[in-house]
Amino acid sequence: MSSGFKSHNGGVVAEFEAAEVSILKSLVGQILGLVEPGQTSDDPLERALGIGSAQEPSDPVLARLFPSAYEDADHSAEFRRYTEATLRDGKRADAQTMLATARPGRSELTAEQAQAWLRSLNDVRLALGTRLEVTEDVHEEIATMSEDDPRYPAYVTYDWLTYLQDSLVRALW
Amino acid sequence: MDVGSTAPIAVERPSSDVRPDLPWVTIVWNDPVNLMSYVTYVFQSVFGYSKAKAEKLMMDVHHKGKAVVSSGTREEMERDVQILHSYGLWATLQPDSAK
Repeated sequence: MSSGFKSHNGGVVAEFEAAEVSILKSLVGQILGLVEPGQTSDDPLERALGIGSAQEPSDPVLARLFPSAYEDADHSAEFRRYTEATLRDGKRADAQTMLATARPGRSELTAEQAQAWLRSLNDVRLALGTRLEVTEDVHEEIATMSEDDPRYPAYVTYDWLTYLQDSLVRALW
Repeated sequence: MDVGSTAPIAVERPSSDVRPDLPWVTIVWNDPVNLMSYVTYVFQSVFGYSKAKAEKLMMDVHHKGKAVVSSGTREEMERDVQILHSYGLWATLQPDSAK
């Protein structure tokens, strides 16, 4: 199993097995499938200004990736209209960087690519964590979970992503 | 003051919008997914806080459920919230008085 990220030449380096890369790519691909491009309006002016939907997403994962900025619904909708398209495009760009740079064997990432990985790994953890409805006791739960539990593979994947994310933060510090 | 254009004056805005003296705050809320190390790192890189200050804020989020992480004008806080959302943190903004 990958021993995680290490600091290297201003960026980071990690070694991944082929199976790990395919898990990462599959999960990041799901984020790309879920987070549609921001500029979907038919109005060219709105597209140019990055103005998008004011509606809070109904999917719990999308609602977690794009939380409401205000308690007040009207203020929140207005903020969302002017920011969510940019946020969506940023998350998609991070995911695409990760897809393009994840490879079996030794992966060297520049500082900029490492930042994209950091945010994208977190998006994947937020998505998986929301679907699994994890709590702060998730690590204790995994430790006592039976391997026959149908949730076990997803929890182990989540735990591995947590480990990777933590090692990436420490390599960047 | 130079009015300078024929743009309509925003007379219909709610009174909360025309109180430039009222500072706003950005709040980060606790969630079960974001890592303590990651949240500390994000506070340091987004706000330029020392590791000690970033860790203190992260611990406040963790133990108290939320923490005020920055304050300023409404526009500045909207910018902070947007950056924090790009990192996946659960952030909101509100007038300081509503804390």
